[in-house]
Amino acid sequence: MPDTVSSIAFGLFATLCVGGAIGMLVSKNVVHAAFWLLEVSVATAGIFFLLHADYVALVQLLVYSVAVAVLMLFTIMITLRRIEDAIRPRDFSAIAAVVGLVFGGMMLFLLSRYTWHPKSAVFAADIASIGRQLFSLRLWALPFEIASVLLTAALVGAVWWAREDDR
Amino acid sequence: MHVGVGAFLMLGAVLFSLGIYGALSKRATVQVLMSLELMAIAININLIALARFQTPRTMDGLFFALFTMVDSAAEVGLGLALMLAIFRRTDSSEVTTLDELKG
Repeated sequence: MPDTVSSIAFGLFATLCVGGAIGMLVSKNVVHAAFWLLEVSVATAGIFFLLHADYVALVQLLVYSVAVAVLMLFTIMITLRRIEDAIRPRDFSAIAAVVGLVFGGMMLFLLSRYTWHPKSAVFAADIASIGRQLFSLRLWALPFEIASVLLTAALVGAVWWAREDDR
Repeated sequence: MHVGVGAFLMLGAVLFSLGIYGALSKRATVQVLMSLELMAIAININLIALARFQTPRTMDGLFFALFTMVDSAAEVGLGLALMLAIFRRTDSSEVTTLDELKG
């Protein structure tokens, strides 16, 4: 298995990701921002396909992006009902820009100086081997069960918080 | 032309810094949550890239990414429910109105 991927495909999906993220940050309409986030999520699924992680890409597409987008849109519909509420001035904060630029610049500088030594073993991320590892007691079965408990607790908590206040 | 693990990590770093900027600068709560989701996506790109190139046999990063997805799904569900609760109480969806604890 080659330890690189085609730079044309990577450049395409990376442009879609970064462009969508910038579009999300600069769009004045909150609904448009939610759709930009959906676009970033779908482009990320493309990145995962490039990395031969088909299963994670499908989970990202089918479960994650759509669920997050639907939740965001429902919340926007409930809390920002009128069109004047959903269209907002472009927030700018110099401190946030400095923090983001310093962090990003630092990471890019360090990453550009580091030399990677990729392992050349076969990356077999097919569903069968993922399932075998995910449900093997020695590896990921316990975290899997904890994750399901976490999701249940989060679901119950979300219903509890979002219910009508009858006090 | 081909790219390796470094390019994916750089893409993750760029997306994460954009997420930091959004989370710190936006005033609408739902936009802050969107920026947090952007940061979670950046982390997932890093994890999958490292799993693909650095630990291809054990695929550790891939499972980490699956659990991160579970986590951020729970996080966004709870965050949006919390936002609804705050909206009911204060009739506002701005982060800046939540300043009761300000000294």
